[in-house]
Amino acid sequence: MRPWMARVALIPVLLWVVATLSFFLLRAVPGGPFDRERAAASREVEAALKARYHWDEPLWRQYGRYLGSVMRGDLGPSLKYRNHSVNDLLGQTVPVSLSLGAMAFGVAIGLGIPLGALTALKRGGWADYAAAGLTLVGVCVPVFVLGPLLVLVFGLWLGWFPVALWGPWQNAVLPTLTLGLYFAARVARWMREGMLEVLRSPHVQTARAKGLSETAVILRHVVPVALVPVISYTGPMLADLLTGSFVVENVFQIPGTGAFFINSFFSRDYTMMMGMVLFYSVLLQVLNLMSDLLLRWVDPRIRS
Amino acid sequence: MVGAWVLTSCSLLERADLVLHNGPEPETIDPQILTGQADGRIASALFEGLTRFNPTNGTAMPGLASHWEISGDGLSYTFFLRPEARWSTGEPMEADEVVWSWRRAVTPATAADYASQFFCVRNGRAIVNGELRDASRLGAEALDAHTVRVHLENPTPYFLELMASRVFFPVPQRAVERWGDHWIRAEPLPCSGPYELLSWRVNDRFRLRRNPQYWDAAQVMAERIDILSGDNPSTALNLFLNGEVDLISDRKIIPGELGPELARRPDFHRFDYLGQDFIRFNTTRKPFYDARVRRAVAMSLDRSRITARITRMGERPSAAVTPAGTGGYQPPAGLSYDPVTARRLLAEAGYPEGRGFPAIEYTFNVGSRIYEQTGVEIQSMLREHLGIRVELRPLEWKTYLAEMSALNYDFIRGSWVGDYDDPMTFLDCFLSDSGNNRTGWKEVRYDRLLQAAAAEADPQRRLEILRQAETLLVEEAVPVTGLYSHVGLYAADPRKVGGIWPNRMDEHPFFSMRRIRP
Repeated sequence: MRPWMARVALIPVLLWVVATLSFFLLRAVPGGPFDRERAAASREVEAALKARYHWDEPLWRQYGRYLGSVMRGDLGPSLKYRNHSVNDLLGQTVPVSLSLGAMAFGVAIGLGIPLGALTALKRGGWADYAAAGLTLVGVCVPVFVLGPLLVLVFGLWLGWFPVALWGPWQNAVLPTLTLGLYFAARVARWMREGMLEVLRSPHVQTARAKGLSETAVILRHVVPVALVPVISYTGPMLADLLTGSFVVENVFQIPGTGAFFINSFFSRDYTMMMGMVLFYSVLLQVLNLMSDLLLRWVDPRIRS
Repeated sequence: MVGAWVLTSCSLLERADLVLHNGPEPETIDPQILTGQADGRIASALFEGLTRFNPTNGTAMPGLASHWEISGDGLSYTFFLRPEARWSTGEPMEADEVVWSWRRAVTPATAADYASQFFCVRNGRAIVNGELRDASRLGAEALDAHTVRVHLENPTPYFLELMASRVFFPVPQRAVERWGDHWIRAEPLPCSGPYELLSWRVNDRFRLRRNPQYWDAAQVMAERIDILSGDNPSTALNLFLNGEVDLISDRKIIPGELGPELARRPDFHRFDYLGQDFIRFNTTRKPFYDARVRRAVAMSLDRSRITARITRMGERPSAAVTPAGTGGYQPPAGLSYDPVTARRLLAEAGYPEGRGFPAIEYTFNVGSRIYEQTGVEIQSMLREHLGIRVELRPLEWKTYLAEMSALNYDFIRGSWVGDYDDPMTFLDCFLSDSGNNRTGWKEVRYDRLLQAAAAEADPQRRLEILRQAETLLVEEAVPVTGLYSHVGLYAADPRKVGGIWPNRMDEHPFFSMRRIRP
């Protein structure tokens, strides 16, 4: 069996471990979904509410019931949003987070790779220093500062873009930049280092000695190898982009999954919390697998 | 990528006539199930009660019922439904459906937290408590297709206002029977209020359209309304300042630290609100099982220091539990600031100058700068006046609630927002058997006074009995001592939005709201 097939086969086992751990860990936290500021109208009403969510059953049976329904693809009802199931909430919000993440990924790659390559080629020149300064700022300024800053300048002062909400393309500009620029800066730094290392290596010298044009050397012999560190970073980066958008979604009031990451814990919406954990476990596994496969395809050294 | 964006963005929405920011995503908009204020606002746009709130002052005015008759003893109300009242889907609304809806609300299996509002209706309490299994024994009957009669346990001066509250809204029987708990997501959703639901996207917005079947549709001045859901106050403020939002309807979604500055702007409106912050004492354990210690603490608090330095919105310092003016009632003063007497009481309790006083903790919920600073202020006042040391114990919300209900605290921050404009909504929290008591204090005298008040037909005499009860609560036994009464704040540019007025119920009915065109 090929190693990647083994990894695929391991995914369900991993999900079971994650589901079991998070199920019991969440129950160990003080406070529960039915602790509310306003007490229920009566004990009967409270009991009816708990019975509706099988809260009156022993824990092991709840666990069995949960696993059974997850295996049927049903993540259960949300304990906070009484008119929604977890599947329904994820179905409404995941596409939004994914598209924001995908667009930010485009910014990160589209800006980061050319910028990194350029600075490596113009090493020591003013362009290098300017770009290095820029990427340093990009890496250092956290999104919860960058986001409001962009809103202030381009939303409130200049009035070019909406300050929040998810709608026509104009709404997507500021959140995409906020999320994308930070990663673009990191990609640029990885790319620059990769390029510099390759430019010094013997095979590039050989290519030049063979009389290839500088453009051909760069495109054919430098860039593909320099991309290796960038690609190995894209798996975790994509995961960060798709999961780490809580702050951006909150600042721009975007109806993605970010809010549930934090709020479902604070409201002890156990089923929603576990739905998020399971969903992102799958996502992370798939992304890591994909970036590994891509790496094998680009870098012959890994294949052998 | 662009494809991904197109898939998830709403079809290019044009701006609605009116855009409201409503605060957090509602937990449910089922009028009989909901408890949150944000939830209630959506429900009141879509549904209506037999009465509705007057937008200028929050009192009751005719809603689905055009008029009513009250029996001489105040125990029976006969409501006459408007013959033209119908659901947005076209079906008529009849008296049977109203009665059916109320039976649904009191049936324990429905799990309606606000079913306690039916305690004033005959057999309401018994059904909600599970003592009576048959919900049809509820004191409400359909006399004919358009007449509903309600029989009360006690004369209830605020009953007409209660009829305007969400849990009394009739719900569409056919839809509920067909879809069960998920009826609220039926498409189309049968609505009885000024608006009907076009779309609902979680953490984004509700889009509503004027309900042409609404009996008072001629009054409704906006064709479309967007009600936004989100919990970041800075973002809400940006949207408002940028003109993308016309109204921020909840103080919680206005940045707290900017409150005092914003309140001075002409487009921010401040008002006395039916809410109170107080401190609960754990009366079941040392040292607060001794009423003298509780009174000593209550008397060493200079509440004006909290309102002047911390809350800063013109809150009224108050050592009582009911805000002044609730339902025309003046609460007792409570134990006001008197450090000398406080020290004497503490000495009598066996702790002269605070000597031998055990280490105690003040518990509060995190999430607001105000609660934390109030804790620090209380800490310093008790050290200064009583010589006792207090540790602060900040807890995350659900843990705080669980610890409070389990009586696992020494003294703890508490607050209450009234459900109707009457002192009873505050005072019945501290009945011996109330789930909202959370102090361990049980006092038969107090329970009897509230029962006597409920049975009293004369309104003035009733308020007098309630005042006796509150005096016992906040001056004598003191399981709880007030800090200050709340101030509400909402944002609306009076040049752009009309038809809303500040009122202590913070009720801003949708039928009167409109966008003023330039």
